[in-house]
Amino acid sequence: MALLQIAEPGQSAAPHQHRLAAGIDLGTTNSLIATVQSAVARALPDEDGALLLPSVVRYLPGNGIVVGREAQESQAEDPENTIVSVKRFMGRSLSDLKSAAGLPYRFTDAPGMVGITTISGERSPVQVSAEILTALRERAEVSLGGPLAGVVITVPAYFDDAQRQATKDAARLAGLTVLRLLNEPTAAAIAYGLDKAAEGTFAIYDLGGGTFDISILSLTKGVFEVLATGGDSALGGDDFDHAIAEWFCTLHGIDGLAALPPTSQRSLLAASRSAKEALSQHETAVLSLCHADGNAQQAILSRAQFAELGAALIARTLSATKRALRDAKLTIADITGVVLVGGSTRMPIARNAVRNFFGRDPLVDIDPDQVVALGAALQANVLAGNSGGDEWLLLDVCPLSLGVETMGGLVEKIIPRNSTLPIARAQEFTTFKDGQTAMSLHVVQGERETVANCRSLARFELRGIPPAVAGSVHIRVSFQIDADGLLSVTAREQMSGIEAHIEVKPTYGLADTQISTMLADAIGSTKEDMLLRSLREAQVDARRMLDATETAMGEDAALLSATEISAIRQAMFKVGDMLETESPLEELRAATVALGSVTDEFAARRMNASISKALAGKTMDSLA
Amino acid sequence: MTVSLTLAAARHVEKSLTKRGSGIGLRLAVKTSGCNGFAYALEFVDATNPDDECFETYGVKVIVDPRSLGMLAGTELDFVREGLNEGFKFNNPNAKANCGCGESFAV
Repeated sequence: MALLQIAEPGQSAAPHQHRLAAGIDLGTTNSLIATVQSAVARALPDEDGALLLPSVVRYLPGNGIVVGREAQESQAEDPENTIVSVKRFMGRSLSDLKSAAGLPYRFTDAPGMVGITTISGERSPVQVSAEILTALRERAEVSLGGPLAGVVITVPAYFDDAQRQATKDAARLAGLTVLRLLNEPTAAAIAYGLDKAAEGTFAIYDLGGGTFDISILSLTKGVFEVLATGGDSALGGDDFDHAIAEWFCTLHGIDGLAALPPTSQRSLLAASRSAKEALSQHETAVLSLCHADGNAQQAILSRAQFAELGAALIARTLSATKRALRDAKLTIADITGVVLVGGSTRMPIARNAVRNFFGRDPLVDIDPDQVVALGAALQANVLAGNSGGDEWLLLDVCPLSLGVETMGGLVEKIIPRNSTLPIARAQEFTTFKDGQTAMSLHVVQGERETVANCRSLARFELRGIPPAVAGSVHIRVSFQIDADGLLSVTAREQMSGIEAHIEVKPTYGLADTQISTMLADAIGSTKEDMLLRSLREAQVDARRMLDATETAMGEDAALLSATEISAIRQAMFKVGDMLETESPLEELRAATVALGSVTDEFAARRMNASISKALAGKTMDSLA
Repeated sequence: MTVSLTLAAARHVEKSLTKRGSGIGLRLAVKTSGCNGFAYALEFVDATNPDDECFETYGVKVIVDPRSLGMLAGTELDFVREGLNEGFKFNNPNAKANCGCGESFAV
């Protein structure tokens, strides 16, 4: 117990003040804010008692803004100025948005990020998100009775730097101090892990409104370690709504959802969403669509029909789950618990699929809509300095492998994909040419074997390498990623100690869709890559052999007879020619082997010559 | 309903008051803050309020406001030396939980 001192009247120091901190789940469909009070995390309701704030912002004529439920209700009547699922546009340029054509907004292609033209002018997704955050901040400040010292905002695990930065910018615009951005599944793990002191390996299956994330986490002795993450940034509850809407259209002979006027599209999607939600409680649900001409169309959707409609979407979540398990080098049997996150996991079809896949009942004790915000609130509470001593360590993973380019345009992976962060790995490289005094290092990211198919992150040069024979210089290249995901690469020549260093942000500019494409590419083209790699390696071998022979010929041609010289020249010419014409692997290998065998005798003679040169004029005694 | 000082605490308060040159006693109070809900406050007293309660131990006046008294009744204030540190320590029978740093408590 602390010892107290006497203070002057009215000046006694308040002990460490409880700083108001909150966790915010800035979701695609719904957002919410939570805080820790009396060591218990709870979500804060608005004046009407509602916890979820629909992530919908409507711009009114004359700079009016409506956020939340009221905006959501006006979706159908004013689709152009009512922005829903803005999270999908965060940090995205127009070319990134495949679905832009199907949306009712007037997009403008601003550099870096799309803009949306509304009745009150052009708004960026950052500004729209800031409106949602402002609404949450006001809710918290009214309910907690003071300004927030800081917040933790959750983002999907796959959000890249641009998207994370956009989220931070939105928070700043909303007058919030961001203590940290936290990955959504990790927040869910915090909510479960700390509240229950659970240990084991968990799969966090997060099917939200607009994104699907799967994360494999291990919880041991209060340490969270993210073993692997995966997911699909364009798969969520909205897609199920679309599936129902399309089914409705087919049923009524409408030529697809896009064929309807925007107002009807919205009404139909809203009806589809209600039907989907109703099916979590009931066996059947009724949808109806009122047309502008006053006619109405109806349909009855049963659970079984819905299961059929959603089967393909559910299957996509399960294949991403399998991939994450494989990355974590785990099997289903290693998973000790499955946590469901996101409102869409209320759907019986999702729960059943997860139960069948993992062979166990998923954890649903904490409200799947709130779990992420509650975890974020716990983290915010720690970061604001309110909880003494019980700090926990969070470990993350790097989403794609990192490596350097080697001769022949090949990639030598140094940090494999899904390695836990922080991490440091080093590998030794050597010079390729005799007397080489500089080395260019090209840092790349990706799963493919060739540089051309990976993403270039940075280039730098190591200069001042002491001239030496090719292969005799040792250059140690170390990759280090710190807990904030910042990559630093150092190349050091071991003999002289000269060093070159660069810092890179590994996920910079890599969109999650790009990450998934790169992964898919790598899996789809492993065989082709391996062949190409073998060819490149053979080419590098051949060139090295040519260079070495050339040097030797220059120095010790006197040891050879004219016939021998011409035989070697011929073999060299053949190899050189094949390199020039990019001959197939087998032929090149054969030619290289042939060159090797004609120069065997030459190499032996050079060896003898250099030994006798070294021994000349020395007695046995001096050698002993 | 009493609040008392140990002999060591009384001596130290007396010494502090002499050093300060003015003041009629020591105020003990409870504030709502800190991570466990309530926190103690120790202040010199220059003037009392009409509804303050006054206790006297070893010739030292301890002044407590009625709101704080509810949570301080039976408390003994001690003055202790712990390693290089010395200071006052509350032995409060009402406190059910102290926070790790001891600056705040819950009833």
